[in-house]
Amino acid sequence: MTWLEDAVTAVAKEATAIRALFPAAGRRAGRDNADEARAALLLALSGESLAKEVAGLYHHGDNDEKRAVLKTLPSLDVGDGCVELLRDALRSNDSRLIAAALGPYSRHLADAEWRQGVLKSVFMGLPLSSLHGLDERADAELARMLGGLRDEREAAGRVMPADAVALLERLA
Amino acid sequence: MRIFDPHIHMTSRTTDDYERMAANGVTAVVEPAFWLGQPRTSVGSFTDYFDAIMGWEPYRAAQYGITHHCTIALNPKEANDPRCREVLQVLPRYLVKDRVVAVGEIGYDSMTPEEDEVFAQQLQLALAHDLPALVHTPHRDKSAGTQRSLDVVKESGIEPGRVVLDHLNEVTVASVLETGCWMGFSIYPDTKMSPDRMVVILREYGLDRMLVNSAADWGKSDPLLTVRTAEAMAAAGFTADEIDKVLWRNPAEFYGQSGRLDLGEAEAGGAFEGNTILRGGS
Repeated sequence: MTWLEDAVTAVAKEATAIRALFPAAGRRAGRDNADEARAALLLALSGESLAKEVAGLYHHGDNDEKRAVLKTLPSLDVGDGCVELLRDALRSNDSRLIAAALGPYSRHLADAEWRQGVLKSVFMGLPLSSLHGLDERADAELARMLGGLRDEREAAGRVMPADAVALLERLA
Repeated sequence: MRIFDPHIHMTSRTTDDYERMAANGVTAVVEPAFWLGQPRTSVGSFTDYFDAIMGWEPYRAAQYGITHHCTIALNPKEANDPRCREVLQVLPRYLVKDRVVAVGEIGYDSMTPEEDEVFAQQLQLALAHDLPALVHTPHRDKSAGTQRSLDVVKESGIEPGRVVLDHLNEVTVASVLETGCWMGFSIYPDTKMSPDRMVVILREYGLDRMLVNSAADWGKSDPLLTVRTAEAMAAAGFTADEIDKVLWRNPAEFYGQSGRLDLGEAEAGGAFEGNTILRGGS
């Protein structure tokens, strides 16, 4: 049995075992496999306190662990019970967390929160192609906000990233 | 010239410092958990601080190609406050993290019974988590404090080669050398140790198990004094290989004992053209 197989078995048997295994996954399963290993551990969790355990891992996690939680949320049976974690990530200033928060689980964010997330991505220079369901969800209000940003940038003699300009044009 | 600063409190430094450090060859740092000048009064203040030195600081450092690891502990000064001592209960949740390469700073401030107890407990945590230990030696009554620290280390059963006693000077170095523990020196603008005095110590006691750091923090300190020490070594006739041993290979060897030190080129961390540090990014 590999370390990961043992760890998944241990978590399936006793959920709280994940608290020590999840942080160690990077160095035990290999750094390149860290995200996959952490996802496998999360998927081994079950029971009524699932959302609470997942939130605990996120809040006690370093940024790699937080990112792994955010990326796995869409595959977990937590409904909208972990949307607060996205809000936390979107308040951060780590572009990797922002990007991970705007995956498929972001459908649980209210429109106003989601638009702020998109605008923050533009500010941070994140490629908009990584945002889940952008074209389907982008609306006139987002266009208004992006237009305002473009006006400010132009007034300052700066430009808006090309993919944000393209989005704005698609929405016009 | 590559420099690994094994003890620097980057949370107190600006992004300009990261830029200057990188430009001068400082491309790896370890940030020990310590006190912040202003006393903390709750466990939450500590966990936010731990999150910052294992989250935000590595991210900030990566923008400049600097690899950032940390050490985690309840420092000796705050070990005396019963409101802070509860931090010991949450340490196991942090000591399992990838970027934590030692338990520290532990040791003595005023050598109280509370400090005795917390120091010994945290050496046991180092053993339990297979981590080295970073021991701060006290500023007041340093000689007696260093000796007492060595006694506590010996009693704990941790291997001396996995312990560094830091902030040493001409008076305390010899007693540490003979125990097999590592010896740390904090190069400061006016106090603890200077580049030229450091060179004299290296001449007298050799280069093995020697760690040179800036210990730069919120006080009068300078994150480039490791670089100045390397220059003083060169001026005194030490070879490039000897300088590399003291200022890169020694700290890499000491913290490498954690099995968690990753000195691969610091990833750009998802930053796009480094602009996430700009104020506009918030």
